Amino acid sequence: MGTMLKVEDLQVYYGSIHAIKGVSFEVNEGEIVTLIGANGAGKSTTLNTVGGLLKARSGRIMFEDKDLHGVPANKVVAEGMALCPEGRRVFQHMTVLENLEMGAFTRSNAEAEETLEHVYELFPRLKERYRQVAGTLSGGEQQMLAMGRALMSRPKLMMLDEPSMGLAPILVQQIFDIIVDMNKQGTTILLVEQNAQMALSVANRAYVLETGRITMSGDAKELAASEEVKKAYLGG
Amino acid sequence: MLANLINGISLGSVYAIIALGYTMVYGIAKMLNFAHGDVIMVGGYIAFCSIMYLGWPPALAVIAAMVVCTVLGIVIERLAYKPLRNATSLAVLITAIGVSYFLQNVALLIWSANTKVFPNIFEKLPGIPLGDTTIAPVNVITVLANIVIMIVLTLFTTKTKMGKAMRAVSEDKGAATLMGINVNRTISLTFAIGSGLAAIAGVLLCTAYPTLMPTTGAMPGIKAFTAAVFGGIGSIPGAMLGGILLGVIEIFGKAYISTQLSDAIVFAVLIIVLLVKPTGLLGHKVHEKV
Ligand SMILES: Nc1ncnc2c1ncn2[C@@H]1O[C@H](COP(=O)(O)OP(=O)(O)O)[C@@H](O)[C@H]1O
Ligand SMILES: [Mg+2]
Repeated sequence: MGTMLKVEDLQVYYGSIHAIKGVSFEVNEGEIVTLIGANGAGKSTTLNTVGGLLKARSGRIMFEDKDLHGVPANKVVAEGMALCPEGRRVFQHMTVLENLEMGAFTRSNAEAEETLEHVYELFPRLKERYRQVAGTLSGGEQQMLAMGRALMSRPKLMMLDEPSMGLAPILVQQIFDIIVDMNKQGTTILLVEQNAQMALSVANRAYVLETGRITMSGDAKELAASEEVKKAYLGG
Repeated sequence: MLANLINGISLGSVYAIIALGYTMVYGIAKMLNFAHGDVIMVGGYIAFCSIMYLGWPPALAVIAAMVVCTVLGIVIERLAYKPLRNATSLAVLITAIGVSYFLQNVALLIWSANTKVFPNIFEKLPGIPLGDTTIAPVNVITVLANIVIMIVLTLFTTKTKMGKAMRAVSEDKGAATLMGINVNRTISLTFAIGSGLAAIAGVLLCTAYPTLMPTTGAMPGIKAFTAAVFGGIGSIPGAMLGGILLGVIEIFGKAYISTQLSDAIVFAVLIIVLLVKPTGLLGHKVHEKV
């Protein structure tokens, strides 16, 4: 199991606000790794920086031994890394199919068609509704679309930012089942969640983020059992 | 009555073609490119010079105007607007007005303030008799050009990868970037298309109303902007509907109410429409993020 993503001493600012203060972590091939932490801890900032949407002040992001420094944001996806952003951000006025096609923007048409079949297998609901305008889908369907869209680029590493946000419990379970499925089919996963319990239950390893710093890390099951994590993130 | 309607639809078609430039650029860059009207004027002068000084055939002159305007549009975006990508909309607006004056003054330097009389490039084509009037060839061609442009643009934005990417960028630049779309290049392309269309509009406008001077583009630019808002800014069919309605209202206002007041009537209609439907006739409301 090689290291797929290695983040070293990341420092990110919003103007003068120091949001990420020296975060380091790594994700190995085939793993599900989760970053948990309270609202405002810096989880999204970390993912968005790795995904290229934000620029780090300093630090290194290595993806498969390639330094992503200087790689333009729109070229990151072609490296094999997809980000499914917080709040889903599907293209509201475009149809389900068009959203999926945009996900395959960097791929050839033939590849896109092949992947589309695969995405439809994983999300039959998207196939049923392929002509529907994304803005009219329910929250859960939009989350499926956002994940399907990210899959369309055939990423080796899929980063998911709060996929369970705002969803009914039964849907949360469904989304997590799909995350595990994607992982079994060979996609490495970096998962950001406020729903720590769910995240820890599917992850191999976890990092705990607090106000821009990593305060704990380790095996997901062990962290879930630790008193500190229980108290702070698992409601007791 | 019929003649007025035809003139109105024809003038409205020119507004529609110009309005498309406003609407597409607004949709993608969320800015009002007030210099768009002056690109029309530049297109008019380029076509004028190609025909009168170089003796080129009209078709070639139109192509020359399109090439120059397309490049001009890309250059304006690069030099004036791109550095302001993250600036306040007021700063961008003031810059756009500055670019507009800049273009007018450069035109003044090159071509002087003297009015040029634009040649009738459709002279050899026959008019189409209809009832007791004849439809002038320029009107037929303007309306046809408008229809063809609408169809091509609609196909482009719904069927091609680049066109869909353009819609994606206009909805969410960050998400589009995550898809691998080059946002800057897509914005450039939009300016290029809008400015190329402005050149066509310039030639059609100058053929129908053959006086050409550095301020020629200003008023049609404002009217077309009004048309874009009227139809629903950001919407391609909205630009078409808004443009044609505006042209018809303007010509009928001139014919039946008052020549002086026709522009006031046009803007009064706009205000009423916006009071009743703030997003314009075909504009969709911006979805709140869930
Ligand atoms: N666009 C922004 N401008 C300024 N500060 C921001 C911005 N986005 C996030 N922050 C700040 O950065 C910190 C981390 O935010 P974020 O990464 O969104 O946290 P999380 O995803 O863990 O909830 C917070 O203090 C937040 O207020
Ligand atoms: Mg977040």
